[in-house]
Amino acid sequence: MNRSPLHHEHAALGATLTEFAGWEMPVRYAGDVAEHQAVRTTAGLFDISHMGEIALRGPDAAAALDFAVVSGMARLAIGRAKYSILCTPDGGIIDDLIVYRRDWDHFIIVANASNVDAVTEELSGRCEPFDVAVENITHQVSLQAIQGPKAVDIVTEMCELGAEDVRALKNYAWCTVLLSGDIHAMVARTGYTGEDGFELFVVPDDAVEVWRLALATGTPHGLMPCGLSARDTLRLEAGMPLYGQELSLSTTPYHAGLGWVVQTGSAREVMRPGLDGAVSLTDERVERGDFVGREALAAAKDTHDAWATDPASAPDDARVLVALVGESRRAARPGYAVMLGDTEVGVVTSGAPSPTLEKPIAMAMVHPSVSVLGTELEVDVRGRRENMVVSALPFYSRAS
Amino acid sequence: MPSIPADLLYSAEHEWVLGDVEPGSVVTVGITEHAANALGDVVFIELPSVGDKVTAGEVCGELESSKAVSELYSPVSGTVTAINEALNSSPAAINDEPYEAGWIFKVDVSEEIELLDSDAYADHIA
Repeated sequence: MNRSPLHHEHAALGATLTEFAGWEMPVRYAGDVAEHQAVRTTAGLFDISHMGEIALRGPDAAAALDFAVVSGMARLAIGRAKYSILCTPDGGIIDDLIVYRRDWDHFIIVANASNVDAVTEELSGRCEPFDVAVENITHQVSLQAIQGPKAVDIVTEMCELGAEDVRALKNYAWCTVLLSGDIHAMVARTGYTGEDGFELFVVPDDAVEVWRLALATGTPHGLMPCGLSARDTLRLEAGMPLYGQELSLSTTPYHAGLGWVVQTGSAREVMRPGLDGAVSLTDERVERGDFVGREALAAAKDTHDAWATDPASAPDDARVLVALVGESRRAARPGYAVMLGDTEVGVVTSGAPSPTLEKPIAMAMVHPSVSVLGTELEVDVRGRRENMVVSALPFYSRAS
Repeated sequence: MPSIPADLLYSAEHEWVLGDVEPGSVVTVGITEHAANALGDVVFIELPSVGDKVTAGEVCGELESSKAVSELYSPVSGTVTAINEALNSSPAAINDEPYEAGWIFKVDVSEEIELLDSDAYADHIA
């Protein structure tokens, strides 16, 4: 198992550790619910060293990425980041990613821990014809996240130089700072909790000092260290998919509610409402060049649209992603069957009790005919049926 | 190392028992701190009902946390005489005070059974 540079910090804090994607990581410290609520009300500190980082460097980096992933990358500004998806030629999802543009010819991709090798290999193959080098830099980077309403105050206080830049950062933008103790860090206003927050990229040798600085600076603000359990309930409440549950090789972005990520035109940049609230459109629409999976994804979009218009026309095994909210206290869990009467109409992909809503919440892949808001379904929870209703994502949004 | 009170007896399925395990005696049952830590914050418990006949080593309820669901086993055989209804509204008592406020149910014991003492349980979870 890989060990985080912060392993001894977690042990000293009495964290319960678990194996996750080949890494030994903290699942909780003081308690799942307390940690979850800290992120929603003050702040939480996450060790996310297990995430994978891949660098693309070279004159053709932008063109190569434009071809390799489903979103336009050439027009991503330096200092910005973008959520994207790596698809197979059939349109299946290899991973969901965040891409950061460091320079004209330099991008950093953050991939899921479980997929970094597959993503590196796939990107290397796709980038062959381009003048660009692809390098897995996971062990050269240590990633930590500070998330919550107090995150901006905490991170700015941690800065020796660059505090104003951090405060001014737009959502999905990044800057470099000098943290107290002469520590260089790249700070990005990104996260996986549905709250305002930052992800800090430092070298592994500085990881312990940054973690301790964050705790010392943040604890007076109510910051708590948070583990994977809280991370999962936070992202679920925020309606964010998890690879291996909502996303996989057998799902296309359209069927997983991520059709907006696929960009076939380059002049029109549409930001998903809720990420930073900004939508920018131009009158001209320029089709962007070829990218892997383009044709299959166009077909998937047509199929998905047809199902939305006429759900009864969808074959029995057709599936789309929905959100479910329950009323009893027993939660639906991944793999549980979704039922309409005696017919199995889908399967739960993620589920847990929501600490904020105080009800069970879930995401599930179900037949289009039962995907309309308000549809009343049941989930087989360990032999007993529990009622759940199709709802809208996200389950929770932070106050603007 | 989680706490393992010396005055209690324990089952391999991580329950603790307070009282004499012999016919006619009423014992109190809960889950150990080790089990509560492994589960995480308990958000829901399905308690047995008063009057239920329980059998040592068999499932009599369920505990649910954010991350996991765990079956609740009875460590002894007998009849349930009381349940801790407060856990329905405050299941977190199981995490906060697993050996006191977090007690789960009481059983009127119908037969003797060998349980682990605190040292044997400590070895079991090591």
